[in-house]
Amino acid sequence: MSAILPPSERLWWKEPIAKTEWLWIAIAFVWGMIMFVMMIYWHIYGKQNLSNEAYKTTPEAFAAKAEKFIAENTIRKETDQEIPVVKVPAGGDGYLIARLWNWYPILELEKGKEYKIHLSSMDYNHGFSLQPVNINIQVVPGYEHVVKMTPTSTGTFAIVCNEFCGIGHHSMLGRIYVK
Amino acid sequence: MATTYRTCPASGLQFEAHAEKLMKWNAVVAVLWLLVGGITAIGVIMTRWPAFKLLPPDQFYTILTAHGIDMLLCWIIFFEMAVLYFASSVLLRCRLAAPKWGWVQFWLMVVGSVMTNVAIFQGESSVMFTSYVPMQAAPHFYLGLILFAVGALIGCGVFFGTLVVAKKDKTYTGSIPMVTFGALTAAIIAVFTILTGAGILLPTFLWSVGLIKEIDAQLYRMVWWGLGHSSQQINVSAHVAIWYLIPAIVIGAKPLSEKVSRGAFLMYILFLQLASAHHLLSDPGMSAEWKVLNTSYFMYFAVMASMIHGFTVPGAIEAAQRRKGFTNGLFEWLRKAPWGNPAFSGMFISLVSFGFLGGISGVVLGTEQINMLMHNTFYVPGHFHTTVVTGTTLAFMAVTYLLVPTLFKREMIHPKLCQIQPYLFGIAMSITGLVMMGAGTLGVSRRHWDMAFSGAPFQYEWPGAAYLMMGMTGFFGVITIIGGALWIYLVVGSLLWGKKLEGGAVSDKPTPIPAATPAASASHHGSDHVGVPGTVVLVMALLVSFVLYYFVNWKYLSEVWLLS
Repeated sequence: MSAILPPSERLWWKEPIAKTEWLWIAIAFVWGMIMFVMMIYWHIYGKQNLSNEAYKTTPEAFAAKAEKFIAENTIRKETDQEIPVVKVPAGGDGYLIARLWNWYPILELEKGKEYKIHLSSMDYNHGFSLQPVNINIQVVPGYEHVVKMTPTSTGTFAIVCNEFCGIGHHSMLGRIYVK
Repeated sequence: MATTYRTCPASGLQFEAHAEKLMKWNAVVAVLWLLVGGITAIGVIMTRWPAFKLLPPDQFYTILTAHGIDMLLCWIIFFEMAVLYFASSVLLRCRLAAPKWGWVQFWLMVVGSVMTNVAIFQGESSVMFTSYVPMQAAPHFYLGLILFAVGALIGCGVFFGTLVVAKKDKTYTGSIPMVTFGALTAAIIAVFTILTGAGILLPTFLWSVGLIKEIDAQLYRMVWWGLGHSSQQINVSAHVAIWYLIPAIVIGAKPLSEKVSRGAFLMYILFLQLASAHHLLSDPGMSAEWKVLNTSYFMYFAVMASMIHGFTVPGAIEAAQRRKGFTNGLFEWLRKAPWGNPAFSGMFISLVSFGFLGGISGVVLGTEQINMLMHNTFYVPGHFHTTVVTGTTLAFMAVTYLLVPTLFKREMIHPKLCQIQPYLFGIAMSITGLVMMGAGTLGVSRRHWDMAFSGAPFQYEWPGAAYLMMGMTGFFGVITIIGGALWIYLVVGSLLWGKKLEGGAVSDKPTPIPAATPAASASHHGSDHVGVPGTVVLVMALLVSFVLYYFVNWKYLSEVWLLS
């Protein structure tokens, strides 16, 4: 009954199974169920769940909404590229555009307040990777993903693009300030 | 079609002429692709190693695309074709069905893989393995992949046909052997995978030549992963089959229970594909219910299957060793295992590294909420280098040490170097995978040319530990490449200069079915009621590591910003 020969017992599916094997199968099953329940538990009691609020959109439509938001809430401009720093109203909506190769604009948030951040891409897939917090979200063109975020720490945070998006991928770095 | 059969005097395996030739050519081409993949690996690792940064960005992304495709597709699937022909025609002692179609398989895959590589190295198709639309590659990039996939599909067809031939010609009694069963699992998953691939690659090809205007980016991701992840489940089934094969040949191990092991293979077929949904956990729009159903409920049945193999494979080894009299204490069977045999040591390192590093990290990555901590970070390549490289590639390397003497009739050159190779490659790759995961846990992104973000409007400084991990990735990555190069040298060298071995008698008639298989007179149990306490300790260690690491990651998650 070697693994490279046909089983000697023609009715191999009728063989009894050894106790230790049953035990291990049972443990593996129970552990799988614990992991299954853990995800559901976290949906109910955990505080970090990714939103599935998302809408189909177009780059033009999303950019128009974002530009309106930027025009209304910009508080200053930074770097030689004059990137607007936009204070997102507490409890309100903030827009973040991903495109080759920048995150636009810079958002300013307050610790402990909840925000609805809208993410979308103007061109390719991009990756929203908030550092050093380490939250990673896929940003897909044609889709507007609305994520509720509550910063729990203050400081300057970087948004690294972690989905390959072409030759300038490594220079695609954005910023979020939390006061 | 007339054919002859050769019985290898050393192993007793019986090779049919057509199948033998196809196995040889598929295996040789596989090794050539591994060579290309290995050369590109130098470019990748020496660029990501912050102290060297060998290539400029455009070349880096080109080389990285080639590395992914040549390793994950070309090397592995060519080798799997050889495995399929072996598991059907050799193990069932029968002729290959439709050998001409076998050559169609071979040439389609050769033409396809070369075409895709030409597209990549022309520099206009640096779209990575995933080639997410709307990023576009040259049309012959997609066309090459399609031809390659059609070839592989035909290979599966020849495999299924051979099973039918064996059944009809009654070349075996009862059920097919376990290893063939594992290969059958791989082939069934391959068919599903390739059809999904056709579902996305055909429209993408038409889009690249301008016949289709637009492909939805999210839809592409969803269908593509039906191909992308499932294709790796072909590998898992194939290398698990090899885990059963090598101890059977080297130490005469037999499965503890046919029912349990075959049941676990069956669970792969039923559940693994659905697990590919875990690539979409951080995407917009998927409902929580959909994510939980696919990635947890279904995936955990597949995980359970792997955990079962993780018990039954070392258990079979332990039972075989104990029957030989290595019964002292918990681990005499393990200490006295044939560690100097590279086929065995390679297989065992593959088992341990896949289980502890690849398996655990895979489940953690596939957990809906925890995924947010690692999605698209360097953790992801860390995970698949421990599953696909120390798992599949090392298992394939290990089985080659058995195939060169029997299939190619050559003695391996430099037996001492052969002994070292699996340790060098397997251990270095395991450490590389581990430090890659470490860097990913600190947030370092994958597919990224420059950790220092040159040219960016801002600065961001990674923690010092991240640089340390990336340096270690480089260092151990280079050792892995040396281990891989050594393997290629040993295999190619043996084919060219190894001592010629006796081929064995050739006849135009298949040898009759062996009257009784060795264990026919043994008890019902494969283990002969031999207890396997050592294996129990090993799997408990796996479980404890698994549980601890799983909950540590929930702790990490609970410390990030609140999200909903």
